[in-house]
Amino acid sequence: MTTTALPLDVEAIRKDFPILARTVRDGKPLVYLDSGATSQRPRQVLDAERVFLETSNAAVHRGAHQLAEEATDAYEDARARIGAFVGVRADEVVFTKNATEGVNLVAYAMTNAATAGAESERFRVGPGDEIVVTEMEHHANLVPWQQVVQRTGATLRWFGVTDEGRLDLSNIDELINDHTKVVAFTHQSNVLGTVNPTAALVARAREVGALTVLDACQSVPHSPQDLHALGVDFAVFSGHKMLGPSGVGVLYGRHELLSVMPPFLTGGSMIEMVHMARSTFAPPPQRFEAGVPMTSQAVGLGAAVDYLSAVGMERVAEHEHRLTDAALRGLAEIPGVRVIGPTPDGDTGTVDRGGAVAFVVDGIHVHDVGQVLDDEGVAVRVGHHCAWPLHRRFGVPGTVRATFYLYNDLDDVAALLDGVRTAQRFFGTA
Amino acid sequence: MRLDQMYQEIILDHYKHPHGRGLREPYEAEVHHVNPTCGDEVTLRVHLKGAGTEAEVADVSYDGQGCSISQAATSVLTDLVVGRTVSQAFGTMDSFVELMQGRGQVEPDEDVLEDAIAFAGVARYPARVKCALLGWMAFKDAVARANVSEADGTKVNGTEEQS
Repeated sequence: MTTTALPLDVEAIRKDFPILARTVRDGKPLVYLDSGATSQRPRQVLDAERVFLETSNAAVHRGAHQLAEEATDAYEDARARIGAFVGVRADEVVFTKNATEGVNLVAYAMTNAATAGAESERFRVGPGDEIVVTEMEHHANLVPWQQVVQRTGATLRWFGVTDEGRLDLSNIDELINDHTKVVAFTHQSNVLGTVNPTAALVARAREVGALTVLDACQSVPHSPQDLHALGVDFAVFSGHKMLGPSGVGVLYGRHELLSVMPPFLTGGSMIEMVHMARSTFAPPPQRFEAGVPMTSQAVGLGAAVDYLSAVGMERVAEHEHRLTDAALRGLAEIPGVRVIGPTPDGDTGTVDRGGAVAFVVDGIHVHDVGQVLDDEGVAVRVGHHCAWPLHRRFGVPGTVRATFYLYNDLDDVAALLDGVRTAQRFFGTA
Repeated sequence: MRLDQMYQEIILDHYKHPHGRGLREPYEAEVHHVNPTCGDEVTLRVHLKGAGTEAEVADVSYDGQGCSISQAATSVLTDLVVGRTVSQAFGTMDSFVELMQGRGQVEPDEDVLEDAIAFAGVARYPARVKCALLGWMAFKDAVARANVSEADGTKVNGTEEQS
């Protein structure tokens, strides 16, 4: 293990996260390696939410009283900062409940386009059209597209995954063709850690006029991202995976697309004019935010991106890369452990690889590995991580997954490795 | 150590040397149950002699993959229900379900549950309760289907996801 100091001062950072100081399971210090599922929140985020609720809480975008003004300003200010954090305009940021809702919003907008005006023709999908996903998608970026093809008669196709856990692009020109309407793919696999070649996928999608939808849930929280530079048409991410509150997520859409996209949920706030028999809709992003939105959560997410920006996303990425590398090298030294995803010794190495480390241990079911780790205070996720087809591809029912964030250090990695060895001793496989 | 409370020797024994494993003929109903949170699955067949609640559970055979808890619980199930009537088996099942859903507060009756009392420690871990019940819920479903098939003379196959 390297002795060079890690890029981040973890001891200082951990002071901002009260939960990390607690113990679990009879006094074991908590080793939290499940940030890929949900991250912990610093005091700065909790304070921002509480201060907002204690001073300015009101329903946004309605009312002319002072609290309504302040609440609306706080909400819109958060939108602008979150947009800037990923390199996009404020009016390209749609607040959703989470990333899952973001994907569904686009998916349902496409279905709704069938009966919307001519301006939304670009979103229409029907028999003969194709939607392309990948075998490594989280269910959130798979099931909604299955439903779109079921509703519209279009066809679902997908990229395969190589043994090393990279996207198999060998048939990209055949898979993404003139029939393709949407290419929906994950930026960074929540299981493999693989960072997909966005540039190649976007370039090919543009050649055939297909829309791109990027699942950025595991990339935006962990590395600097510029969605305009990536060139995707849509992207989604969740607040709770990036130090922010649950109940708030973001759908990014290129402005020119959002401005002609039909709404998904309809009702209050999203309208321009309402008559008894018909209505017209507000411009984006309001068109896609029906009803009184989550507000303190948006404010909290604004505080989260401020926190991450202050730490520096380049440093966060480098920090996690070091932890991931240590974990992968440590696991490689334990007989009977197999990592699912790119490894330092693999052909493609750990370039374009984020901090999700998924593995199986010979002779021990992942649930049992997780139980032993939990007994040691190490919180990981076990199972299929909402990527069941991917696990099927690798012939395993589930994996143990450790994910890292800015508050983890090499001691946490060591605790993970020790816990795996303890499991092997307990079940008598080593 | 907490682990020893959960993984009692009885459980590990059943896990390493499962009773009744493998799919056998004859059977009246076969079901396939999945635990969607972890992907574990069991295919389970029941063979009843007779009909209704007084039918005898002549055989329970199963296959599948899952963690030590789910596999051991299904193994224990076969010990507890085969050779009994459906009504006796369901009575035992009710006791087992009560134990598992008791958050560790239910005192198990060894006369009823025999080896299954070893799962008392598992009941303290809500996330593992579904593991312990996977095979039992499959059994319940299979018996219900077998009784239906008994009535209309057909063999049934079913797939269910626990939710």
